[in-house]
Amino acid sequence: MKTFHIGGVHPHDNKIYSAHQPIQECALPAKAIIPLVQHIGAPAQAIVEKGQKVKVGELIAKAGGFVSANVHSPVSGTVSKIDTTIDSWGMKMPAIFIDVEGDEWLETIDRTPDVLRECNLEAKEIIDLIAQAGIVGLGGACFPTQVKLMPPPGKKAEVLIVNGVECEPYLTCDHQLMLEHGEEIMVGIQILMKALNIQRAVIGIERNKPDAIARMQELAARTLGVEVCPLKLKYPQGGEKQLIDACIGRQVPSGALPIEVGAVVDNVATIYAVYEAVQKHKPLISRVMTVTGKSVQRPGNYLVRFGTPLSQVVEQAGGVPEDTGKIIGGGPMMGRAMNNIDMPANKRTSGLLFMTESESVRPEAENCIRCGKCVSACPMGLEPYLLSKLAELQRWDEMEKHDVMDCIDCGCCLFTCPSHRPLLDYIRMGKGKVGGIIRARQAAAQAAK
Amino acid sequence: MKFILIALLVLGITGCVAAVLLYLIAQQFKVEEDPRIDLVQEVLPGANCGGCGFAGCRALAEACVKADSLDGLLCPVGGQETMNKVGAILGMEAAAADPKVAVVRCNGVCEARPRTSRYDGVRSCQIMHNLYVGETACPFGCLGCGDCVAACQFGALSIDPKTGLPVVDEDKCTACGKCVKACPRNIIELRKKGPKGRRMVVECVNKDKGAVARKACLNACIGCSKCQKECAFDAITVENNVAYIDFNKCRLCRKCEAVCPTGAIHAINFPPRKPAADVQPEKKEAQA
Repeated sequence: MKTFHIGGVHPHDNKIYSAHQPIQECALPAKAIIPLVQHIGAPAQAIVEKGQKVKVGELIAKAGGFVSANVHSPVSGTVSKIDTTIDSWGMKMPAIFIDVEGDEWLETIDRTPDVLRECNLEAKEIIDLIAQAGIVGLGGACFPTQVKLMPPPGKKAEVLIVNGVECEPYLTCDHQLMLEHGEEIMVGIQILMKALNIQRAVIGIERNKPDAIARMQELAARTLGVEVCPLKLKYPQGGEKQLIDACIGRQVPSGALPIEVGAVVDNVATIYAVYEAVQKHKPLISRVMTVTGKSVQRPGNYLVRFGTPLSQVVEQAGGVPEDTGKIIGGGPMMGRAMNNIDMPANKRTSGLLFMTESESVRPEAENCIRCGKCVSACPMGLEPYLLSKLAELQRWDEMEKHDVMDCIDCGCCLFTCPSHRPLLDYIRMGKGKVGGIIRARQAAAQAAK
Repeated sequence: MKFILIALLVLGITGCVAAVLLYLIAQQFKVEEDPRIDLVQEVLPGANCGGCGFAGCRALAEACVKADSLDGLLCPVGGQETMNKVGAILGMEAAAADPKVAVVRCNGVCEARPRTSRYDGVRSCQIMHNLYVGETACPFGCLGCGDCVAACQFGALSIDPKTGLPVVDEDKCTACGKCVKACPRNIIELRKKGPKGRRMVVECVNKDKGAVARKACLNACIGCSKCQKECAFDAITVENNVAYIDFNKCRLCRKCEAVCPTGAIHAINFPPRKPAADVQPEKKEAQA
């Protein structure tokens, strides 16, 4: 069985809590708050006004640039205000507030459960539909999907790699989506292959999901050019570069995009959204998210409309457990602890994890013992002990020389460190600083021209 | 005997030739340097803190010698005294500059600013600031991890364990500005020390609307503009829901302090007010 070649760690997957829980629809909120920044890139520009009536699926904010995404109304009702709201980390972000009235959808959206297999659109038309639907990568990075589908001149996509790995412990939403909507995902894959004009697609799935592998293999046998690639368990296999290495054995060079080796990577949830957008004309207004944890009463996979306060989703899962020490947005490896669960669900929220108090204790950091475990765990081949020390000493230029910008924030170094050193905390800060310096330099170079 | 003579001669001649060569080379590549630079550097404190804006004391000395006047050149550590000495060496008049001091513009003490979460990451303001709002609900206030304390080379800053806020030791502070740069939330400002060290400061930088700011911290400036209306000297401006006192215009009348409904305006180093000011001495203690 295949896997990627550099580094990686083996955290306990803890998926039993929510695995195989059928996707449940979450109740509509009374008031929906829709953030304008739900993706990487420029914020979307609101195009509705206070007092305006909107239907489900109506465009309410337009993409604010090339790398940006449209935002659609996930509910029907009246726009009450356009103001700022507080995100899960207590910082402010612009949002549209809608008072929900009923559940009236746009007539153009096909809400029947039938699977539509025929697609007679041109590549250009497909990409336009995806861009209009505001689809972003639902695996975590939230990069606008249409940008990925338009390779820069001179580059040619050869393989579509479908990310069904879900290497992040605890999360099961992609797994469940593959089990329940495998057929739709397969149609989505064919649509994307058409949009990219390629003949080959590889679905990467880790072997802790044997039923998903069997289901997708069964469907792939009936589809030309699609193959399923079962993968060994190893975190962070779902990282773009790691997945390309694992599935087709190509290494993306430092600082380059996957298109450099002819690959385009999309998550299964993204592909399901593409299917819905192209075949059903349904924009991205909801997603499946996992609510899980040791002491959660009803852990499971919930289909949540964007704008629903996360606290409401939690209520449906049985409320916040009493012994909660930390609430994490996303999985335990890449996710961030939150201090506000009234934050509305959006394209970014892939999961909510409740860690008990005993689980969330962070051990005291001790001295580095030079064991080199972080170096062998780093999937990007970096030297985390060195980078973290350089960040501590604020030597940004040296950090840049040691390729800090290649860091994917996976947290393998922190996970593996026997001295519990806060390696990633420092590296992430340094990465932010170095990124700022690089952008400033590029801006200066641009200005000089 | 003969061998000794030969050896002496050979070595002697080689030595002479080398001496002449070295002399010629030294003449050719001589670096002209103003001897005054060394003199000026000697009177500078030698802390190399960079507070003057130059790379170190040597760089400031070079800049002083090159400059036509000493305007705008100031060693914040040595202060006016040092600049007078530099002026004497260079035969120039040192411009009188008011001494400055670092001021912490946050008074969100523990009682006023309830904790909303507990942070267990690295004790670094910069990292905490990048991650989230901080342990309290105020996205502008002091995080209390002490990046400024670590940045201060003169030991002038310390975190008060009671309030969780940094305290400036005015005798030690040289206004080098290191803490200003270290603070990720731009809370610390260099302000004029003022006569007898007395000055008025709005100790809050919260730009949120009044109600939001007040909810996060009872001592927050809510941008009510009362102080602005009260000020007879036009020294106070309210922008982005937060008041700011221009220290060049302030005449230290303390009227703004009296009208501030949240106690965000602080009078520093004033003697305690005599009558009916029971609240005042308490506040003084908090600052000291």
